[in-house]
Amino acid sequence: MGKKGYMNLLFYISGLIAVISTFLVITRKSTVHALLYLIVSLLAVALIFFSLGAPFMAALEVIIYAGAIMVLFVFVIMMLNLGAQSAQQESQWLKPGIWIGPSILMIILAGELIGLFTADPARLYATNMIGPKQVGIALFGPYVLGVELASMLLLAGLIGAYHLGRPHKH
Amino acid sequence: MLDMNQLLHYVYTLGIPVAVLLAFILANAVYLQLMERKVLAHMQGRLGPMRTGWHGLLQPIADSVKFLMKEDIIPAKADKWVFSLAPFILLVMAFGSMVIIPYGPPTDFFGLLPKKVPLWVSNLNVGILYVLAFSSVGTYGVIMAGWASNNKYSLMGGFRSAAQMISYEIPMAFSIITVVLMSGSLNLSDIVNAQTDRLFIVALPVGPVAFFLYLMSGIAETNRVPFDLPEAESELVAGYFTEYSGIRFGMFYMAEYMNMIVVSLLASIMFLGGWLPVQILPHTLGHIAPIAFINKLLAAIPPTIWLLGKLYFFIFFYMWLRATLPRYRYDQLMSISWKILLPLSLGTLLVAAGMKQMGWL
Repeated sequence: MGKKGYMNLLFYISGLIAVISTFLVITRKSTVHALLYLIVSLLAVALIFFSLGAPFMAALEVIIYAGAIMVLFVFVIMMLNLGAQSAQQESQWLKPGIWIGPSILMIILAGELIGLFTADPARLYATNMIGPKQVGIALFGPYVLGVELASMLLLAGLIGAYHLGRPHKH
Repeated sequence: MLDMNQLLHYVYTLGIPVAVLLAFILANAVYLQLMERKVLAHMQGRLGPMRTGWHGLLQPIADSVKFLMKEDIIPAKADKWVFSLAPFILLVMAFGSMVIIPYGPPTDFFGLLPKKVPLWVSNLNVGILYVLAFSSVGTYGVIMAGWASNNKYSLMGGFRSAAQMISYEIPMAFSIITVVLMSGSLNLSDIVNAQTDRLFIVALPVGPVAFFLYLMSGIAETNRVPFDLPEAESELVAGYFTEYSGIRFGMFYMAEYMNMIVVSLLASIMFLGGWLPVQILPHTLGHIAPIAFINKLLAAIPPTIWLLGKLYFFIFFYMWLRATLPRYRYDQLMSISWKILLPLSLGTLLVAAGMKQMGWL
């Protein structure tokens, strides 16, 4: 089995893990468990990026999503200390009837995906390595407007947080 | 099927590095603890462990046996899965970072092996980001342990640790990015090779500042004194691992030392030139005969010995700090990170980027 074979195997394994853990995120009744599965799913997605030849994206996915954003989520959820009461509430929300809508959407998506793969199997594995330089050039070349907009949004969030956290003088 | 040559290739490029790395990790995991006790003891005018073996040399083995034999207690109201998983996550993430670190240039061990083997398991081209990624996932081990123990002290420890690690990851990342700017690469071997002319710690003006920032936030990331708030024993019993016992407690212990090694290795690689020999001012004083002779002697020491020397210097520094400094208060810890280190690191990055643009770096 060559390097490409390993990468294919890695792709399928991490894809499977991502799907299963995402499913578990929805069905877990304990919020903390759901969040932990969400982290697993993010890590699996990072591995998918890696197997598709984008190690830089994989590292960023782990550092930013799994490492920074989810830590804050977990932090807040653990601080709220949701116990058995909220788990019961969750189980009331997750009635069988609620699954119908999402299932239809998912079947449509899965159909599209299968169609895509059967049409052109070569498209599955874009094995060109995409390094940090290419990502940087893309971000600050054609997509520079998006980067600027995102940074303005983040700045607004930062100022908002600062305003809320400012000590009040009476 | 694998033919013989391919098999030999795998043995050289994967088998030998992994075996050596494992031996290195295990030896350190066991003996750093003795080193710490000895260093602390001598700094406080004591002798440290003396009874088990010559000067306590067998003490770590006795301790490991004790860890293994003790009962592994899981509290009745704890979340069993998360509780038992937490130490593994911390430990695996610490091990994972060590895979990417190069321990020297490819070598044939003075002709002992028929061909050169790499002294790394993986020479990833975004290596330094992977170390950051592993260390950020390691945070979950601490948070999960704190939450799953179902104990207010553990939970407080977990919270503190989460907040601390998020806060100090930012100046750490910025100081790493400064190094990446200076070297122009995310690959750890390239970062070492970029320091052939001058080590980044003496690359004025940004080098020393970035080094200081990295050192400070590295100590905080590993929860060592003076930033050991998550396990402050006078307020939190033992913080997030209060409820742990036996081998799981031993794993937390081991992970702390592993993280120390990773942070120290990165500091040596990024700022002290990794396996490159330290030279006394080769450009200005290098032509004077005695200094040139000393420089030649220093250059004759094998590269990996240099890296290990730098590594243990940093580890000694950590232990020295533990014997010297009192613990910070929690609000001090937060304001150091957000009010001092973060602006300083942003400024350093800005200056470095400007200098790079002007071609002065």
